[in-house]
Amino acid sequence: MTTTARAPSARVDNPLPTVSLSKSSPRHGEKVVVGWLFLCAAFSVLVTVGIVLSLIPPTIEFFNRVAPADFFSTDFWAPTNSGNPGFGVLRLIVGTLNVTLWALLIAIPAGLGAAIYLSEYAGRTSRKILKPVLEVLEGVPTVAYGFFALTFVTPILREIWPTFLPGRLGEPPGIFSAASAGLVMGVMIIPTVASISQDAMSAVPSGLRQAAYGLGSTRMQVATRVVVPAAMSGIVASFVLGVSRAIGETMIVLLAAGAAANLTMWPNDSVLTMTTFIARTSTGDIGTGTTTYYTIFAVGSVLFVMTFLMNMVSIALVRRFRETYE
Amino acid sequence: MTEPSVTHPYTPQQELPDHPVPVMQTRSLNVFYGGFHAVHDVDLAFGHHEITALIGPSGCGKSTVLRCLNRMNDLVPSARVEGEVLYHDQDVYAPSVDPIEVRRHIGMVFQKANPFPKSIYDNVAYGPRVTGMKVDSMDDHVERCLRGAALWDEVKDKLKESGYSLSGGQQQRLCIARAIATEPDVILMDEPCSALDPIATAAIEDLMLQLREQYTIVIVTHNMQQAARVSDRTAFFTARPDETTGNRTGLLVEFDKTSTIFENPSDQRTEDYISGRFG
Ligand SMILES: Nc1ncnc2c1ncn2[C@@H]1O[C@H](COP(=O)(O)OP(=O)(O)OP(=O)(O)O)[C@@H](O)[C@H]1O
Ligand SMILES: [Mg+2]
Repeated sequence: MTTTARAPSARVDNPLPTVSLSKSSPRHGEKVVVGWLFLCAAFSVLVTVGIVLSLIPPTIEFFNRVAPADFFSTDFWAPTNSGNPGFGVLRLIVGTLNVTLWALLIAIPAGLGAAIYLSEYAGRTSRKILKPVLEVLEGVPTVAYGFFALTFVTPILREIWPTFLPGRLGEPPGIFSAASAGLVMGVMIIPTVASISQDAMSAVPSGLRQAAYGLGSTRMQVATRVVVPAAMSGIVASFVLGVSRAIGETMIVLLAAGAAANLTMWPNDSVLTMTTFIARTSTGDIGTGTTTYYTIFAVGSVLFVMTFLMNMVSIALVRRFRETYE
Repeated sequence: MTEPSVTHPYTPQQELPDHPVPVMQTRSLNVFYGGFHAVHDVDLAFGHHEITALIGPSGCGKSTVLRCLNRMNDLVPSARVEGEVLYHDQDVYAPSVDPIEVRRHIGMVFQKANPFPKSIYDNVAYGPRVTGMKVDSMDDHVERCLRGAALWDEVKDKLKESGYSLSGGQQQRLCIARAIATEPDVILMDEPCSALDPIATAAIEDLMLQLREQYTIVIVTHNMQQAARVSDRTAFFTARPDETTGNRTGLLVEFDKTSTIFENPSDQRTEDYISGRFG
């Protein structure tokens, strides 16, 4: 018998021993754990859905009473004025954007700078000291920041305001101003931006840094051209979180930005933000079922949609610009 | 596997001089990591337009010596270097010397291919951009470097794609293209082929032989055949345990023409290692 003739028949006579590759036990414990993990994940989704659902009916009721055009395209805000009420939310949106803009002008450069320093420059000891300090700053209650803005920053701003500037910008701010609230809010957000960005930058593989150093890059070039682009998705995430905190922040603006619904982007003006309106109005004595009551929900919906859209935009930005290293 | 080839596969235009005309030299180089004495008294000379191979068992300090040549050890906080590393008769560890400038003259290719998460084009253009190198046309320069690294034909239609879209061997050649893009004088390669298949390895070895025309190359390798195939001179290191502390300190055993090291070594330890009786 030749080898070629024997080989197939040997396979038929002597099949390989069967090995079961299916589960040897049902592993119920694992199912329980996986179920629990799913519930944890589902919980946050449920809460979000719950919030949306609780916003929708009163918002619809609001639009039954006030025409959408009055809400979105008029420039008159006086929801509690019984004779001639105005519901132009634009003034609140602009007020929010005003404070947010100044806050971000502080928080993004300072936070990113702190992150680059901590991740790329700081020695072991300075990192050991700076990181916990940053984390403590993150935990300071916002009412303390608000008080700080009103009693410390505002007087200083009024004192040192560059009055030599021409026109509107040269007028020093009053007791309440977007500048004071925005500045302090920016300081409050620095730790958020810094610690999330730093985590993202520290996670960049050291092989990439070595490659850049091996090409004769300076530290600054390594940080700005290799580490920051590679960590971009985390860095943008920190900005988004910073913006969300700024838009949603209540105590600082309540205490320091005032309650006058001025349509202005000047930092030295007082503004009414959406959160200030909600907080002031819902703690006042307005009756359930009044139009003012429903206005709170309509403004809350706008706040929600704005944050949501911003998240979508930033996810798209991250997809577009990040440099993945896996 | 065949026996290490003992004849030099590449006919030099001129006979290899007995002693290298050094572009770089180390003098009594000692390296410490904290209290650990990693490398003891290394004296080496790296000849102009020559390939020098550093071989020896794992942990004997080859990478450590290599990293001293362009001050990459500065990035290891605990590392301390004593002795001299001369580049064109200038001590690269002199206080007046900028390590960044050193690395602009002495490029490096790492064991694991580490392209940036950028496009193929931007990977190559990175070095010239950060060093502010004057090039007439970046497109031409990138093409020249990719051709120099024998990668052009494989990537010319996808220069905008990520460096990570390439195979391991292509990534390593991209890293070589990136290293030569800054037009360094010396290229250090730390086990550049250890993660590659024989075909990619052969491509990179061919490339090294071509690059020798323009650059001085130092290569760390665990592959004896590779050292024999590509290098002009070979330095053999080993690690010797300290009698009192038991620390394994690396030292240079023998440094000579590659043909001498492989055919006629003067130290018994070299012969044992080459013939596979040790390490
Ligand atoms: N960053 C570091 N910190 C502390 N010790 C180190 C460091 N890098 C290397 N060493 C030590 O220095 C010695 C030499 O290491 P090195 O990496 O130079 O060896 P090698 O010859 O390149 O080895 P291999 O062939 O395995 O790559 C080893 O004992 C190692 O433990
Ligand atoms: Mg090594």
